[in-house]
Amino acid sequence: MGWAGIWESRELLLLGFWFTVILTVVTIITSTVLGFIVALGRTAHIPILGPILRGYLELFRGTPLLIQILFIYFGSAYLNFTGVTVFAAIVIAMTLYYGAYVSEIFRAGFESVPYGQQEAGRSLGLSRFHVIRDVIVPQTVTIVRPPLVGQYISLVKGTALASVIGYADLVRQGQGIIDRIGSPFAVFLVVAALYFVISYPMSLIERHLEKRTLQA
Amino acid sequence: MIVDVKDVRKSFGDVEVLKGIDLSVEKGEVIVIIGASGSGKSTLLRTINNLETIDSGEIWVDGTAVHDPKAAHNVHRDVGMVFQQFNLFPHLTALKNVTLALRRVKRMSKDEAEKVAMEALAKVGLAEKAGNYPQQLSGGQQQRVAIARALAMAPKIMLFDEATSALDPELVGEVTKVMRDLAQEGMTMLVVTHEMGFARDTADRVLFVDSGVIVEQGAPEQIFTAPSNPRTQQFLHRVLEA
Ligand SMILES: Nc1ncnc2c1ncn2[C@@H]1O[C@H](COP(=O)(O)OP(=O)(O)OP(=O)(O)O)[C@@H](O)[C@H]1O
Ligand SMILES: [Mg+2]
Repeated sequence: MGWAGIWESRELLLLGFWFTVILTVVTIITSTVLGFIVALGRTAHIPILGPILRGYLELFRGTPLLIQILFIYFGSAYLNFTGVTVFAAIVIAMTLYYGAYVSEIFRAGFESVPYGQQEAGRSLGLSRFHVIRDVIVPQTVTIVRPPLVGQYISLVKGTALASVIGYADLVRQGQGIIDRIGSPFAVFLVVAALYFVISYPMSLIERHLEKRTLQA
Repeated sequence: MIVDVKDVRKSFGDVEVLKGIDLSVEKGEVIVIIGASGSGKSTLLRTINNLETIDSGEIWVDGTAVHDPKAAHNVHRDVGMVFQQFNLFPHLTALKNVTLALRRVKRMSKDEAEKVAMEALAKVGLAEKAGNYPQQLSGGQQQRVAIARALAMAPKIMLFDEATSALDPELVGEVTKVMRDLAQEGMTMLVVTHEMGFARDTADRVLFVDSGVIVEQGAPEQIFTAPSNPRTQQFLHRVLEA
């Protein structure tokens, strides 16, 4: 079954694991920041901004992530944007793609807070910033967190597409090992297990937090 | 004159809700606004503290030009508002509800803010409930916390938009008592209410609003005993019968 060969290649797998982890952490942060800002922009009811953000949302949610990665990577090469490395192209594509989903989660969260909360904040003289930070956001945490974690788990799996433009993640390293020793079944089993090692703790943490808020 | 509303008009879409409102309020005056549902009472209050913008006219509040988008936000320094649905912050204790704006707007230290907040809560008789969350309080208590929250900011004018309408009848008294005390102390108040008892015994002036127009105003005894406008007569007949 090639377990010995896999064991000998453990450093490559570990390297791929870290590449996947780094990509996951970076894009969770960037897509959350983008999604949050887009959601704020969409709830602000600013004339031109609304349709633009809506267009962004529909476009990036409605087309495959794989195509977006290829488009940004080869598109930037075509336009001679030399700064766009493999990593940058993937981060940009995944940020835009998952940011679209995340923005909808935040928007639903913001809209779940009654309008009277904003009015009470404003009538006390709180700035827009403080109304958002101290009044709205704290009330959305328990609503937003479960779907957000779901999205992050889906993002972990989405990083696997990075290998198509040569990012040295788990999938890529696994393929390299298969090229040398064969045993695709065993290798992909190990690769799958390593993805699970990243995503399952997220699930556990979320379940723990959910239990805690139910008790409170 | 602390509030001066001049020929204010406001439409929502095609519907004109305020049709040229003129209103001057003296310092310390208690004004009760009555009128049928949809007549524009809430909208009038809400334009005074800039929760609604106006289409034309002027609103002056203690020197602040509320009709001027650049200056309007200053109005919140001088005007506190109490809402029908309380609008307490559910994720914060009673104390934190009161300290939030003291900390963020008045930039008080934590100790200072808590001291001021406790005084405000004591004033509405809820010092011992400071650590409770809104959902652990009765409606009447929640509304009193909301009043304390507004009062802690030391406003010059208080707006009440049907502050007792969402309460069970037996809880109305504890809120109107706080409002009466406040009037006694000389607070300038604009009160939209269906509590005709409060209007009679506390108002300096009663305004009757109908379809976006102040059709009649005067001392409570005049409005309640000898209304001159037929619409006022009709309205009072209806609410006083009920
Ligand atoms: N944000 C809004 N958008 C559209 N129409 C509105 C809005 N706010 C109020 N209106 C309309 O304006 C009119 C006046 O509303 P307002 O709330 O000022 O009446 P009100 O006198 O306070 O009535 P009530 O006694 O029911 O509270 C109503 O016809 C209402 O439907
Ligand atoms: Mg109203």
